[in-house]
Amino acid sequence: METDLNSQDRKDLDKFIKFFALKTVQVIVQARLGEKICTRSSSSPTGSDWFNLAIKDIPEVTHEAKKALAGQLPAVGRSMCVEISLKTSEGDSMELEIWCLEMNEKCDKEIKVSYTVYNRLSLLLKSLLAITRVTPAYRLSRKQGHEYVILYRIYFGEVQLNGLGEGFQTVRVGTVGTPVGTITLSCAYRINLAFMSTRQFERTPPIMGIIIDHFVDRPFPSSSPMHPCNYRTAGEDAGVTYPSVEDSQEVCTTSFSTSPPSQCVFTVTKAHFQTPTPVVTDTLRVPMAGLAFSHQPAVLGVGSADLAYPVVFATGLNATHPHQLMVPGKEGGVPPAPNQPVHGAQADQERLATCAPPDGAHCAATPSSSEDTETVSNSSEGRASPHDVLETIFVRKVGAFVNKPINQVTLTSLDIPFAMFAPKNLELEDADPMVNPPGSPETESPLQGSLHSDGSSGGSSGNTHDDFVMIDFKPAFSKDDILPMDLGTFYREFQNPPQLSSLSIDIGAQSMAEDLDSLPEKLAVHEKNVREFDAFVETLQ
Amino acid sequence: MNCRSEVLEVSVEGRQVEEAMLAVLHTVLLHRSTGKFHYKKEGTYSIGTVGTQDVDCDFIDFTYVRVSSEELDRALRKVVGEFKDALRNSGGDGLGQMSLEFYQKKKSRWPFSDECIPWEVWTVKVHVVALATEQERQICREKVGEKLCEKIINIVEVMSRHEYLPKMPTQSEVDNVFDTGLRDVQPYLYKISFQITDALGTSVTTTMRRLIKDTLAL
Repeated sequence: METDLNSQDRKDLDKFIKFFALKTVQVIVQARLGEKICTRSSSSPTGSDWFNLAIKDIPEVTHEAKKALAGQLPAVGRSMCVEISLKTSEGDSMELEIWCLEMNEKCDKEIKVSYTVYNRLSLLLKSLLAITRVTPAYRLSRKQGHEYVILYRIYFGEVQLNGLGEGFQTVRVGTVGTPVGTITLSCAYRINLAFMSTRQFERTPPIMGIIIDHFVDRPFPSSSPMHPCNYRTAGEDAGVTYPSVEDSQEVCTTSFSTSPPSQCVFTVTKAHFQTPTPVVTDTLRVPMAGLAFSHQPAVLGVGSADLAYPVVFATGLNATHPHQLMVPGKEGGVPPAPNQPVHGAQADQERLATCAPPDGAHCAATPSSSEDTETVSNSSEGRASPHDVLETIFVRKVGAFVNKPINQVTLTSLDIPFAMFAPKNLELEDADPMVNPPGSPETESPLQGSLHSDGSSGGSSGNTHDDFVMIDFKPAFSKDDILPMDLGTFYREFQNPPQLSSLSIDIGAQSMAEDLDSLPEKLAVHEKNVREFDAFVETLQ
Repeated sequence: MNCRSEVLEVSVEGRQVEEAMLAVLHTVLLHRSTGKFHYKKEGTYSIGTVGTQDVDCDFIDFTYVRVSSEELDRALRKVVGEFKDALRNSGGDGLGQMSLEFYQKKKSRWPFSDECIPWEVWTVKVHVVALATEQERQICREKVGEKLCEKIINIVEVMSRHEYLPKMPTQSEVDNVFDTGLRDVQPYLYKISFQITDALGTSVTTTMRRLIKDTLAL
């Protein structure tokens, strides 16, 4: 049978068949990945595209195919088979298709190997590309995800069609005659898609059973590490003390999906929030006029340290969104949830009060720490009490109370009140336990002291990821099959812009006071030039 | 030689006409396109690479594979769009057909112009139905998807017969066999035309023949 074939042709033919088999497997498996395939045409031959078709090689698939072939080629009685099956999240599985690459004895001696056979194999691959989109399993594979996944298995030897159920149908993709036999590519596919779960497990194990759970991880973004176990453990260990941990878990989830992401997480002493409201109101009134919110730049994303925004406090508090967890102002971040405006106002008040020479109006002890931290607290909207707010995750920002990465700081060395009550498990890299220290908030002086003693705020951004509890979140309607990553991954990747240098606390409390002082002058200058500005605006229209 | 002729028939809703036609035409052209030839000395040539991409249909539960060539896609969409408009404006029974003809050029002596000799013709007959309810449309989506699957299988079956294909040409002859005008792929020379017919198959309005590809116009 082989006498007519010279050795070079024989070698070529074997090579063609081998690579054809590998490419066949690639086409079939890629067609069941559940996404659209797109490859580019290239007018210049690259020399590496077999059969002049741009078919990518997934290394794992090639590896499996080579393993199954084990150096052999399809021959009579020895077929290469790719089995496609479906597995539900409950563990039931069902064979959907068997693709068979077979060889029979019918030879075509006259055919030219390096030319005709090659081109016909190329044509057969094109047919395979078309047919793989046409069998019922294609639509199933495009919808795979949470409920089920599609698996493949490659084996070599005799074709086993038992698992396809009754009445399976066959489609022939094509044949190519060669001097050593005729290559046939076909597909047998299941018609009856009803699950017969009891029967699944009676299948005899395959000859070379390799079940590749190739697709399981695919639908889910793999970039975000999940640390819920650690997180929850910390909370649970604390038992009653940290009942909020689980709540904050939910917080994480909801907040990520609705708000700009927080930059890092910080523990806040609960005491800081127990500020009586009246105090706040009082302090609100005092430095109000003409002073800018320290956190405004954060909210607006403006880096100016000059803080030239007049702020309406009482209403403005509500306006400051807790969602805007931006770069904090020098002294702080966004106040917590709108339904806790008190705290926010107060906190800023605190800051302002302390930056500008305290008028003593800042009797409000507290919550400053919450101000440093930007709360991912839209979750807190559902909460009744201010305490709950505390238990949310706070972003550790340039803070009055944070001058170092949290895991480098022993809390006792910080000038925060009741530091010794702070949770010891702050050392946990990715835990962010909520602290519920008892005790009342009378912390002005330590606050002030720490406020001014604050060093770099930049440190916080340096550790953004250490205390950050990553929760996998899946934004709705975000699947995009053009980009390799989905919206959630994109969101997470770009959610931590570097801090604006002008907003770092290095510029400092002192300069803020200067800036504030220079504010009236600047306003006067601007007022003088008002005509100029108006004219400019007109040119824009 | 005899020209091989294949006929396919589809019944679709008005808005499915374009996608159904594109699916069939692209599938045929996928099989009838190669990479660009690069001739080297001594009559040898190398062939470029053909990329492919999946196209999901919006109005049919169906996905087809086409060659990754924007030029080719544009050309097909143009003529299919014209066909769809003609169908709509004809006001007839909604019957029409498109023909995809592969041909070879044979040079003739002056003053005779070149002959175009077809070697394969694919005819797709379309029957446009009008549906009343959304539920019917939904069923139509699935049904037409299944029908198109059958058509693709038919096309592939014809292709696998490996019947007559023009010989691979020398460099001087390549434009008589292939359309070398595209940047990234090289289909066999083809032309697409369409007709609006009535139930008897004769053309109702003025027969509209459009040639969309004429390489090497004299």
